[in-house]
Amino acid sequence: MRKLLFESLFQRPFTEAAPSLDDAAVAEIATALGERARRKLGRSLSIREVDAGSCNGCELEIHALSNPYYDIDRFGLRFVASPRHADVLLVTGPVTKNMADALKATYDATPSPKWVVALGDCAKDGGCFAGSYAVVGGVAQVIPVDLHIPGCPPPPLQILKGLLALLDQAASAPAPR
Amino acid sequence: MASLDELKLQGRRVTEHGPWPRLVVDAAHWSRATLELVAGRWSLLSLWGEADTVHMAMLEPQLGEAVVISLPCPSGSFPSVGMLHPPALRLERTIHDLFGLVPEGSPDPRPWLDRDQWGVRFPLGPRLPPSAPRGYQMLPVEGEGLHQIAVGPVHAGIIEPGHFRFTANGETVVRLEERLGYVHKGIDGLLIGADLERGAQLAGRVSGDSTVAYAIAFARAAEAALGITVPPRALWLRALCAELERLANHLGDIGGVCNDVAFALMLSHCSVLRENVLRAAERAFGHRLMRDVVVPGGVARDLDDTGKGSIRQMAKTVRQRFPELIELYDETASLQDRTVTTGRLSAELAQQYAAGGYVGRASGRDFDARRDLAYPPYDQLRFKVPVLSEGDVNARVWIRIREVKQSIGLIEQMLSELPDGEWRVPLPATLAPAEGVALVEGFRGDVLAWLRLKDGVIARCHLRDPSWFQWPLLEAAIEGNIVADFPVCNKSFNCSYSGVDL
Ligand code: SF4
Repeated sequence: MRKLLFESLFQRPFTEAAPSLDDAAVAEIATALGERARRKLGRSLSIREVDAGSCNGCELEIHALSNPYYDIDRFGLRFVASPRHADVLLVTGPVTKNMADALKATYDATPSPKWVVALGDCAKDGGCFAGSYAVVGGVAQVIPVDLHIPGCPPPPLQILKGLLALLDQAASAPAPR
Repeated sequence: MASLDELKLQGRRVTEHGPWPRLVVDAAHWSRATLELVAGRWSLLSLWGEADTVHMAMLEPQLGEAVVISLPCPSGSFPSVGMLHPPALRLERTIHDLFGLVPEGSPDPRPWLDRDQWGVRFPLGPRLPPSAPRGYQMLPVEGEGLHQIAVGPVHAGIIEPGHFRFTANGETVVRLEERLGYVHKGIDGLLIGADLERGAQLAGRVSGDSTVAYAIAFARAAEAALGITVPPRALWLRALCAELERLANHLGDIGGVCNDVAFALMLSHCSVLRENVLRAAERAFGHRLMRDVVVPGGVARDLDDTGKGSIRQMAKTVRQRFPELIELYDETASLQDRTVTTGRLSAELAQQYAAGGYVGRASGRDFDARRDLAYPPYDQLRFKVPVLSEGDVNARVWIRIREVKQSIGLIEQMLSELPDGEWRVPLPATLAPAEGVALVEGFRGDVLAWLRLKDGVIARCHLRDPSWFQWPLLEAAIEGNIVADFPVCNKSFNCSYSGVDL
């Protein structure tokens, strides 16, 4: 184990080649995002994820944001365990009727000011699950949504871009909720 | 009655069903088939309903033969299988929630998916107006010094919603009871009347991490129904996607298990390798999770040399990096201390529940649909199926470790031996009834797809996630462990919520 730890200290552990275009874009966007969060909130941005009926595909890509390629922690973006610590609710899924109450309760438990981001095609309007007896059909049917990030699932870079757009929008918008 | 052959003599065979036989039986034969499950001679593959019929798929593991039996229920009930064979219980509760059919004699009549929120009862059956909310009784627990801990549906991490009720004595878990159903989207209902294209899309969204496995299972069932043969290149490309999916998920899980015992270094390294797989998949197939790549009739896109190159490069990287991570896992005493003997699942339970994937194989159940049903191209590929008997978290990690190596080997074989030629054939337009079934090995275990086509659309489609037979075992495996070990046990099972909630 020591061997590997020492190696990790002295060499870049995984990037064989120069960072690809994607990695450069990630760094740029995430830096901008972190800066704007600090300007707007005076601190890092806390995000609480809520699965409101997703297929779990969106969660996989949210997880990817924490891998060393993206490592969004370093830009001051944190996923928090409780809605009470959150600035942003990142909601996935078409909102199943069985989750609608829990989503509403999570929203109510989040202190103001707060933003809601609906992530993924089915969070917008139910996507391919729209019309089912068991889904409400989109996050906005249950709680107010500030931004929608399309994709099925949106890749990590797309999620970062979306969060950046959210802060830009928030900066120019009237008082948040 | 001991063999499927004998059963075949007793039922009426449905000719439009393939590739396994489907037999319409009476209640007596239904009950006798249940006894075969109880005796352990056959394994339960699935149990599902229709408006006036129940179906049960079973496997004879020694011969690798499978059968579907169907029991008409004109009076709205059928003899409960779960009464004698507990693995069927949640499936029966689901049948009741969706269709209103009553499993007669079932020891657990509580609803499973329905929590009085849909505005309709029995949505795929008689569609009755909602009744007054019924409430839900968790199982009673009695004893001195017991306390309960309720967790969820919204959890602390970025995971799917579900409710866990722990009863503990001090730190030790005496009982865990799961309550799921929160992400029920009504996929069975959406599939009714859908065409095959939309059906494949929905199937690929049952459980996001297994999108390829589901798409293959759905496509194979549809192709069996239509009686069409898919070109070899398509079969190989599908398997290539399936192995990439297995690789990505296993890497994620190995890191995740280590992270749950506070060893974040492994998570970082594994998640880098996982990201490499996803990026290769994107370059090769245009989507990181390879969604909508597998379609009935073949694959939606061919693989070019650039794509091949990315996959080859990725495989090389994983081959190089993975051994040192395994060494790290194996030699870190603090890690082993948390995973060895934790969350033990007995071989008997794994067998009884016919648990698939790493859950079954870490507890001695030597089954892998790729080998035992030998669907192409796996009949032409060389690979081993690792099996262990310890049944603890550590064994479930080791099965994944070995499968990572096997998948790399399979990917390399497929890249070098990939047949040329067509990769998609058009689907015949047919209005006649046609039925098909398939069992496909996903990363988590075997995924079953069954469908009936009529008038050119899906009349009914049933998709069974491996987690149906793994979730109940998690309840057993956690017993006697400390509450703090639940996350790592849970991660080592990594059951799908969306896959069973549908
Ligand atoms: S948008 Fe797509 S990936 Fe995300 S939850 Fe919906 S179906 Fe799954």
